[in-house]
Amino acid sequence: MIRKLDQKIGFALLTGSMIATVLFLFAIIYFIAFKGAKVISWGFLTQGPTQGMTAGGVAPAIIGTFYLTSIAIIFSLPLGLACAVYLCEYSPKGFIVNIIRMSINNLAGVPSVVFGLFGLAVFVKFFKFGISMLSGGLSLGILVLPVIISASQEALLAVPHSIREASFALGATRWQTIKRVVIPTALPGILTGVILSIGRVAGETAPILFTAAAFYLKGYPRSIFSEVMALPYHIYALMTEGTHPEEQTAIAYGCCFILLLLVLLISFVAILIRQRQRSHSYG
Amino acid sequence: MDNQAKIKAENINFFYGKAQALKDINLGMHANEVTAIIGPSGCGKSTFIRILNLMYELIPNARLSGRIFLDGENILGSNIDPVDIRKRVGMVFQKPNPFPKSIFENISYGLEVNGIRDKNFIEEKVIESLKKAALWGEVKGRLRDSALRLSGGQQQRLCIARCLAVEPEVILFDEPCASLDPISTGKIEELILELKKYYTIVIVTHNMQQAARVSDKTAFFLLGELVEIGNTKEMFTAPKDKKTEAYITGRFG
Repeated sequence: MIRKLDQKIGFALLTGSMIATVLFLFAIIYFIAFKGAKVISWGFLTQGPTQGMTAGGVAPAIIGTFYLTSIAIIFSLPLGLACAVYLCEYSPKGFIVNIIRMSINNLAGVPSVVFGLFGLAVFVKFFKFGISMLSGGLSLGILVLPVIISASQEALLAVPHSIREASFALGATRWQTIKRVVIPTALPGILTGVILSIGRVAGETAPILFTAAAFYLKGYPRSIFSEVMALPYHIYALMTEGTHPEEQTAIAYGCCFILLLLVLLISFVAILIRQRQRSHSYG
Repeated sequence: MDNQAKIKAENINFFYGKAQALKDINLGMHANEVTAIIGPSGCGKSTFIRILNLMYELIPNARLSGRIFLDGENILGSNIDPVDIRKRVGMVFQKPNPFPKSIFENISYGLEVNGIRDKNFIEEKVIESLKKAALWGEVKGRLRDSALRLSGGQQQRLCIARCLAVEPEVILFDEPCASLDPISTGKIEELILELKKYYTIVIVTHNMQQAARVSDKTAFFLLGELVEIGNTKEMFTAPKDKKTEAYITGRFG
């Protein structure tokens, strides 16, 4: 009897934890959607801010976040994937590689503001990209490199050894095997890493604080060397600066809501690609 | 040793780190014959055939001495690219291991990695290979489906078709029926007997009846040594070595 009671308590705890988690999640979504939806309108999505940030829309920030996220992923996905392939497929197993792996994992735990300062020192100053979309995008890219590398590594390690052997046995070279069998098989896992990265990048404030973001800009960024507005920084600015807290707070919630939708939208596209690949592989 | 052998091992010693897995193996395998390699688990028979197509190279800490002759040429020589040898010495594995790709792509892959681009040729070759592997009737009309939707036996025949497409001269089977049911096993055995007409076949098996059914010659390995090699019929009726007799009558293994 004790055993059964024990089991019941165990399950109750597990169920309770699950419900609590889901409740938190829904509370966040509800809160933001409820408060944010009030200010959302066609104008909010398509116009720039007016009257000292207390009215108008946030279109430049939406576009800016989209650009910054794109630059970050375009930079970090090929680099991170190549690094993961090297570590998993080419590098000899040993002490140095273990150190490298450990460093990459630790990099994932570095506070994001550090990447902001790094971006300022390296991209803004050293490479002279200035405060620009490029500097910000690259700083964000470096921030998510460890996420992409870890996800890719896991996905590559999960590819069964037997199908690599099958490829070698047909006279394929190592590179052909990696390019045509291993990476396509690992792609769904790699894309999961990309989806996580998009969420992370789109929402980060600190790395773009000193490298890319502007509180207010007239019009849209013209090139990758322009400063940009971005949703997370816009929210931060609305809540900390200005003289009309009430109007500004409402707009900030609107921004949160749009940021959430934007991340969902981009992730959804990545999920679609992943699904297509999976059904192609496993039908 | 005989000089007519299609592929021949000479004084092969093989080590995993410090453990010696194969001891001075001398064995020739002939064209249009099936050579079965039998022996208890861990006797080195799978290791041995992985040397024949140079797959041992992928094993960490592997060390090898000796010579392997393919058509009289030593393929362990430093001037030989293993990638070229693997085209000529194909392999079918213990567990069916199709690529997570379509049935068509599973077969076209081997052609494409070997530099063949002609679409019509590839398509003809895919169909031809599926027919040779006795799978065409079951998969025609759904070549674009994922290979992973096939049954285990069909997957194994697909792996055979994939291997045939690159036109090997020798085919190594590493316990090809270990994970299959008796009906699928029967089909694979029939197929091996058919393929014998065109290829040199080496099959590692745990199943003594299978060795008796499909092979012309049988080699018995024990603890990394080649104990006995001979015509299958003689070996199963009048083995020369006491250890062989003990193994095939089921006293150990």
